[in-house]
This record gives sequence, C-alpha cells and structure tokens, in this order.
Amino acid sequence: MTLLEVKRVSKSFRGLQAVREASFEVPQGSINGLIGPNGAGKTTIFNMVAGVFAPDSGQILFNGKPIQGFRPDQVCTAGIGRTFQLVKPFAGLSVLDNVIVGALHKERTVAGARVHALSILKKLNLDAKAQLPASSLTLPDRKRLEVARALATRPRLLLLDEVMAGLRPTECDQMVQVFRDINRTEGLTILLIEHVMRAVMALAGHIGVLHHGEVIARGTPEEIVRHPAVLECYLGEETEV
Amino acid sequence: MSRAGIGLAVLTTLLVAFPAFAGPYALSVATLILYFAYTGQAWNVMMGFAGQLSLGHSLYVGVGAYAAGALFFHYGIGPWAGLWLAMALCVAFGLVIGLLAFRFGISGVYFALLTIAFAEFTRIGFDHLDWLGGPGGMFLRVAQRDVWDLANFRGPPLMYYYAMLFLTVAAFLLCFFLLRSRAGYYWQAIRENEEAAQALGINTFRWKMAAVALSAAMTSVSGVFFAFYYNNLFPEQIFHISRSIEIILGPVIGTLFGPILGAAVLTLLSDGITDLLAALGWEIPGIKQVFYGIVLLAVVMFLPHGIWPAVSRRLGFHK
Repeated sequence: MTLLEVKRVSKSFRGLQAVREASFEVPQGSINGLIGPNGAGKTTIFNMVAGVFAPDSGQILFNGKPIQGFRPDQVCTAGIGRTFQLVKPFAGLSVLDNVIVGALHKERTVAGARVHALSILKKLNLDAKAQLPASSLTLPDRKRLEVARALATRPRLLLLDEVMAGLRPTECDQMVQVFRDINRTEGLTILLIEHVMRAVMALAGHIGVLHHGEVIARGTPEEIVRHPAVLECYLGEETEV
Repeated sequence: MSRAGIGLAVLTTLLVAFPAFAGPYALSVATLILYFAYTGQAWNVMMGFAGQLSLGHSLYVGVGAYAAGALFFHYGIGPWAGLWLAMALCVAFGLVIGLLAFRFGISGVYFALLTIAFAEFTRIGFDHLDWLGGPGGMFLRVAQRDVWDLANFRGPPLMYYYAMLFLTVAAFLLCFFLLRSRAGYYWQAIRENEEAAQALGINTFRWKMAAVALSAAMTSVSGVFFAFYYNNLFPEQIFHISRSIEIILGPVIGTLFGPILGAAVLTLLSDGITDLLAALGWEIPGIKQVFYGIVLLAVVMFLPHGIWPAVSRRLGFHK
C-alpha cells in the first residue's frame, strides 16, 4: 500500500524551476531515499511535503488524502514527523522537555507525555542526558534529539532531512541502526533526503534520484549505482567508474 | 517541600504580616512593588513564556482602568462588574494586535513596535474622548477611606495592599501551573524555535494568540486596580510608553520569581534615590527615568538573564 504519493509536483522560485513534475511513491513500511546533487530540489520537495510551502501544481497524497498546501502543524497532525537539516532544538529546555513537547501532540496529559518521551529517549540512547539542557548537546546528540522529538509525535511517516550530514562514519552507522530498528519493530515508514551515500545505500530499500528538479531514476540501491543517468549526474560523463 | 517552596511560604507569610509593622509610606511602597510584580508577571506570560515582546502593555493597563473607571464614574457600577468589561476590551485589543502581527508574520522587534504603536494611538484617541474626560482626566469619587467597602473596592490603603498581594500570589500560582501544563510547554517551544514547534504539530498562531489574550486579560486587572487605587486617570500618564517600560523592568525572562524580585529592587532603589536627592535639596526632574535607563543597560550587559538566576543560585534553589 502506498503511504505517500507525490504526483507531478512542480515548484518555482521567482522563475527558477526548483522542482519540475516530480513524482514518486513511498510504500507503507518501507525506507526510501531521495538523493541528488546540491541544488537538485531535494529540500524543496521535502519542504512541500512538510508543509513549509505549497507546490505550484501537482498533488501530494498521504494515506490517499491530499495534503498539499497544509500548514506544518497540520502535516504533523496528518501523521508525518520531520527533522530539520540544521537542527533546531528548543535550546533553553531540557532534552526531556524537548521530547515532551512532541509527545504532547498525541498524549492527553503532561505526565503521560513524560512517560512516552522517556521511552523514546531510551530508544535513542539519550536517556542519560534527559535532564541536560538541549543547548549542551553535541551535534550527533542534537541530531538524535531531532529524531526523538519527531518520533514522539507518533508519526506514520518520518521525514529525515540530511540527518546524517556532519556525522562521522561511526556515528552515521549508529544512526542507521537506530532507523533500521524503528522501522523493523514499529513498521515506521521513513523517507530520507540525503547527501551521504553511505547512509542511503545502507538504509534505503528504494531510492529516487533527483537532478535539476526532475526525478531521473528510481530503483533499488543496486540498480541506482549502475544507472547511467545517475552516474552521469553525480560523476560527470567523462569519468571512468 | 523543596527549598524554593519553603522560601515561597516564608515570603508569603512575611508579606501577609508586613502591614502590622509598616507605616503608611512603607505600605504604599509595598503596594506599588506588588503592583509591578503582578503586572510584570502578566507581561511575562507573553514574553517570558511565549517569546512575544510587548513594549506597549500600558495599553492594557489604560484600557482596563478606563473601562472600569468609566462604568463607576458614569453609572456607579462597581469594579467587580467593570472588571469583566475591562478584560473583554483588553482581550479584544490584544487579539487585534495579535491577528495583525501573527497573520502577517510580524515578529521580534517589529512586533514590539506594533505594540508601542497601538498604545500610542490609543493614548491619542483617549485624549479626544470627552466622555472619559479627555486630556483633563477622569476623577473617581473618593468616599470614606476608612471603611472596607469591598463591593465598590473603596477603602483604606491596607485593603489595596491585600488586594494586590492576593493578585500577585494568584498570578504566581497560575503561572506556576501553566508553565507545567500543555500551554506552558507549547509556549516555551514557540519561544525557543517557532518553526520546530510548528513541525511538532503546534498551531503556533493559536497559541500565540492565547498568550496575548491571557496576558492582556491579566494586565487589565492591573488597570482596574490602578483606577480605584489612584482615583484619577490621565491618558498622557496611563498610556505613556514609560509606563510600559516600567512594567517590563521587573520581569526576568522565563522565571517565576524574577518579576517579583525585579519589581521590589527597582521600586525601592528608584524611590530611595528620589528621596535621597530630595533630602539633599536637589530636585532633578526625570532622574527616575535616567536611573531606569542605567539599570536596564547594566542588566542587559552584565546579567542578560536578569538578577533572579544569580540570586537563586546563591540561595541554593537550583541544583
């Protein structure tokens, strides 16, 4: 079953066509990657799904219902959680309180939200730092906090915006493991927009490649690495692989 | 009970017992401190909790004061009924400001300018409302000052002291519980990062409006108190921007004790300086404002989180 369907979506900024008729589907329970060079339109697509801005044309269906043009909070209520590429912790609040804010989305009481938040912090190995101010966290921990906060809203689809960027390879592998576990144990559907090929290849079952605002290839990681159009856009025509 | 809890209990007891030891002057200063503590707390709901800087809170004090004052002046309707009108009007004003600002993405310092603008044009508007006395002011009848007439909120200074003490404690408790509720979490999230808050499903527009409405409603009560305590209202005075600045000098962003402590220190120091200079035979007009300016600069430069965090650490209220 298709959970998220992006249908012929376009967006331009002051005449610059950032995304052109892009289409792809995210099946329920899968881990999907969207890759592409800088300026390919990844973040634009991400922002349209997340409700930051509406597409000029096209449709975004979540669970069969159109969500294009929703505000970010409505997107969240529909069941989509997101992280920010440039992490945005509530710096003045404790790590636990950060996650409680997310947990309150579905929990009726603060006490209930606290219990839920603690269980999520445990899952992400942040429980020892629950009482620290979020501003004191290192970058990998802040990235994890982004994920914890988004997970706390109990989404059906998790959108990850370059969540691996800036992480060392070992930290990256730990993150990959976290997402694999969540995907396996809870059936959470994940769409990651990523620059770090190592992570995408390790994690995603299906990959879409974006170039100049268009989806130029779709397939499994194995298919993608051999796809001529992909090689061309990533490595240039002349290069021997 | 925690150390902070004990501190609070002791403080409240002292404040309740205070009039027994205080002379009329000390009582009036204490009433003023409580007035600023309460009003600062009300302002803090917007800034300290939800991160929306208002530099025009004199608007709500003024509208609240005039609403209840006018009902009493023209129709003899006491402040308990007037309070509701005052609140309704102030909330309406707040929602209009919020609607304009939050719908059109006006934030930060521009939002602050908008609040000043509203306070200023309301002041000018009231200058032209003859029904409310215009620039000449409105004067409420002072009956007997020695009888506790609670129904009309007329009575001796002691009554006003206790009324203000009650309001301050009530506001403190309200804020204490709000900060630990869903609203508190959402407001703080909005204050810290609005975009992230929205991504977590928070309708930031609605919650910011709620903060403005609550803050306006609480501040309107200050206005009603002001009208019945001072008994005279002048637009030039009550809506003036210096009034708004006075309100925010006390509060220290995001803490509960901050506004109370700040109000006490400032009122005592500024009154002390004025008295000292007067005793020395120097009458310097505007010295209070100069003093406020210096304090504001010093706090922003040396204690950006205000004086409360430093004091509370000394007292061991924090781990």
